[in-house]
Amino acid sequence: MKKTDRWIFLVLICLIAVFPWLAQNIGAISHYVELMIFAGMFSLVCLGLSLLMGYAGQISMAQAAFFGIGAYSSGILTAHFGWNPWLAMPVGASTAAAVAWLVGIPALRLKGHYLAMATLGFGVIVHIIFNEEVDWTGGPSGMVDIPGLSIAGWKITSEMQWYYLVWGVVLVVLLFSFHLLHSRVGRALRAIHEEEVAAEAMGVPTFRYKVQIFIFGAVTAAIAGSLYTHYVTFLSPSSFNLMWSIRFVLMVMAGGMQSLWGALLGTVLLTFVGNEWLQVFADFEVVVYGAILLVVALFLPQGLISLFHRAPGARHNPVSPASDEG
Amino acid sequence: MPGSEKKSILPILELRDVRMNFGGVAALKGILHGVPEGIIQAVIGPNGAGKTTLFHCISGLLRPTSGSILFQGQEISGFVPHRIARLGISRTFQHVALFKSMTVLENVMLGRHPRTRSGFWATGFRLPGMRREERRIRESAESYLELVGLKEISHLQAGTLPLGKQKILEIARALATEPRLLLLDEPAGGLNMRETEVLGDLIQRICKYGTTVVLVEHDMNLVMDISDQILVLHYGEFLASGSPRQIKDNPAVIEAYLGES
Amino acid sequence: MEKRSEDNREVISLLNGVQELFSGRKQLSVASYDGYWVSYGALTKEQTKSCGLVGSRRKGGDDGVVDGIWLGTDLLQYTASGLTVGAIYALVAIGYNIIYNVTEIINFAQGEFVMLGGLFAVFFLETLRFPIVAAFFAAVAAVGVVGFAMERLVIQRARNASVLSLIIITIAVSILLKGGAMLCWGKDPYSLPPFTSGGPILFGGAAIQLQALWVLAVGAVVVISLSFFFHRSLYGKAMLACADNPSAARMVGIRVRQMVLLSFVLSAAIGAAAGVAVTPISLMEYDRGALLGLKGFGAAVLGGLGNFYGALVAGLLLGLAESFCAGYLSSGYKDAVALILLLLVLFFKPEGLFGSAEAAKLKRF
Repeated sequence: MKKTDRWIFLVLICLIAVFPWLAQNIGAISHYVELMIFAGMFSLVCLGLSLLMGYAGQISMAQAAFFGIGAYSSGILTAHFGWNPWLAMPVGASTAAAVAWLVGIPALRLKGHYLAMATLGFGVIVHIIFNEEVDWTGGPSGMVDIPGLSIAGWKITSEMQWYYLVWGVVLVVLLFSFHLLHSRVGRALRAIHEEEVAAEAMGVPTFRYKVQIFIFGAVTAAIAGSLYTHYVTFLSPSSFNLMWSIRFVLMVMAGGMQSLWGALLGTVLLTFVGNEWLQVFADFEVVVYGAILLVVALFLPQGLISLFHRAPGARHNPVSPASDEG
Repeated sequence: MPGSEKKSILPILELRDVRMNFGGVAALKGILHGVPEGIIQAVIGPNGAGKTTLFHCISGLLRPTSGSILFQGQEISGFVPHRIARLGISRTFQHVALFKSMTVLENVMLGRHPRTRSGFWATGFRLPGMRREERRIRESAESYLELVGLKEISHLQAGTLPLGKQKILEIARALATEPRLLLLDEPAGGLNMRETEVLGDLIQRICKYGTTVVLVEHDMNLVMDISDQILVLHYGEFLASGSPRQIKDNPAVIEAYLGES
Repeated sequence: MEKRSEDNREVISLLNGVQELFSGRKQLSVASYDGYWVSYGALTKEQTKSCGLVGSRRKGGDDGVVDGIWLGTDLLQYTASGLTVGAIYALVAIGYNIIYNVTEIINFAQGEFVMLGGLFAVFFLETLRFPIVAAFFAAVAAVGVVGFAMERLVIQRARNASVLSLIIITIAVSILLKGGAMLCWGKDPYSLPPFTSGGPILFGGAAIQLQALWVLAVGAVVVISLSFFFHRSLYGKAMLACADNPSAARMVGIRVRQMVLLSFVLSAAIGAAAGVAVTPISLMEYDRGALLGLKGFGAAVLGGLGNFYGALVAGLLLGLAESFCAGYLSSGYKDAVALILLLLVLFFKPEGLFGSAEAAKLKRF
């Protein structure tokens, strides 16, 4: 499995490198580059979520909240206090990590529906805070005048530059995630997902790992949020609401939860579907989204990537609940 | 695997008045017993006697309502399971809790978890120390598979194995944690005679290498064959304890089993 | 204090009641809304007295002109509105419990049933010109059909899905229902006339709307009938049996699938009743379902998942907590109150106030 992953990774690097040049030369799809920038940011969120959902077997309906914590931290520190964006980003990530730790410790003792509801409730509370703390966040009318990014004096202004920056970060996180998976940590995560009691009996500190992976997901989402802030230079709480958390879950599910490639595939596909191909539907977008979600959950719970995994002996159980008793 | 260290005269496992209540039901009513180091200890009794409950208490899945459990002289009741595994107790499960989507080799590699240490960051950045450790994990797991005779199928998905091999695999995984005490919960359940023989042979080899084995079992032939000591439970209470010969002829034991049908 | 659209809606409907007392004074513009102070235009003291409302507050000017009407003692007022909204939460919680008891599924779409109830009632009343009572029952029936469809088309196919899939599935249905509502009714809030007309009742310094009493009445009727249904009727007892042990239930001839269907239809109907009852007070629009559903779930868990009387008490408690927070602390954060309580319950006492810890451990999750 590892070798194929390496090949796919190389192919992916090539595709990513080449894509903007291609797109900009074909007028009809030249705006796809911008879409891919967003897809890249969302991929950061979904990679973390994929590890949490697909491998550790937990669910989080709060990723948009962490996305927002990173975004608003960067926004507030740079716009209100004049910080350097590259210093603000780690602060945002650390804030998200701290919050994830505080919330994760009580929440991850829960399972199934209770965990889903707890993360859902937490996410909505954070959204309400974004809306209410107008002095800090600008409230529903939003926050403006956020500076852009520059590296060592070079301003990152063009779409191409942003594209390469964002996807560069995605590739780094992807690599990191693959290393995690094909290792002691990855085996422990998969063990927790399949037979949590047995994993614990074999010396795996299951709770600690769940919290760590939850924090990891929060950090990747926060980094994505910081990048989002400086790209869009405008923040509004409506970008960090429950519907977004659900979208992230759908991206991971539709692509395939037990596969990092699946998470990427699902994210890119649904970003395009949401922003581009559904524009036709306009008002129907919500309904279509719900329908896609339903169809995926009912008929393709392993996600699209499972279509590539027909070979017997390939791993993949239907996502199973934590085992009942020891 | 623990080598042939000097055996202590202290019992490796001591149960002192262990009680376990579930709401109104008393599953264990004050178990008092010591397991000497280096033997094969069987725990038998009719269904509902509390044998698996006892295992859950020892391995940390359940916290005894009262009483204490001492492992190598140290109080462990109430410890979290993964800490108990780190201290040197490992187990198998009645319904074979293998990681079915992982390969045979990966299952055993997971067993190396408490004896290894690469963390999040070392792993994510794939530091040299982590890579060395990963190689050692693989080699060690392969040697355990060789010990139990599953080396040829190490690449197969664990869920596809027949039951007999699954049970052996689960034991290999437990062994990989380097336990001083191994708890086997009905290892012969669902096995035919040939498979049971292979199993008995393996258990005796494990014991010879220095690991104390406690096994819950219904297969009386196996029990009589390989056990050094037998503890009999009945409705959560101590009924009898002794060598296989003593237990076989113990009238109270016979009554308990015959009385059940 | 910044106006928020939701506060405006409550004000508008409050003013609808008050307006009747001010014949001739059509333009009541809202200057600000701060809990239960309604400031608007300039009214003279006599006008204030003539509408029978209790007090008045002076602000700025000293020419006898008042610019606010004090709708009674804070505590009593907040209690009244808290019980009203609490009754809605209790009904939503009961809906969760019915489905959960029979299937162990948490139906994330529960809040949408409430939303649809209100909107369907608007449709029957305004478009089809039904009288209000008929519109009530028609809306309840219509949403019952929605529940029926949900169970037959979706839940039945998901019988073997994992817990995670089930969560996603019911969320997906809630999104579908919300999207559908948006297509049919648009994004605007809709109002219903109160079931009976008349100004607010003045009671000990508080102004209690008649519709609030209707909400409490609907709630009481639902709870009492459910109580009879589950403990006295054969169908109800059969439903409880399914919850306990579906295989045993099947063996004694209970059609578990029918019971599952019934549970969805019943939950949908109850949610719809709540929706129709509350729309005259706080209006209804397509996206109210999610928050209502969340808060209702909070009440369900607070009362102990599966426990009907617990849901009732917890719902009322939650409503009171929210109302007091809105009144005394900050109306912007009032939605967060129920959610914070939900988190606290889940984190520290997941079996709720009235559930048992051991039973909670035995459940699927």
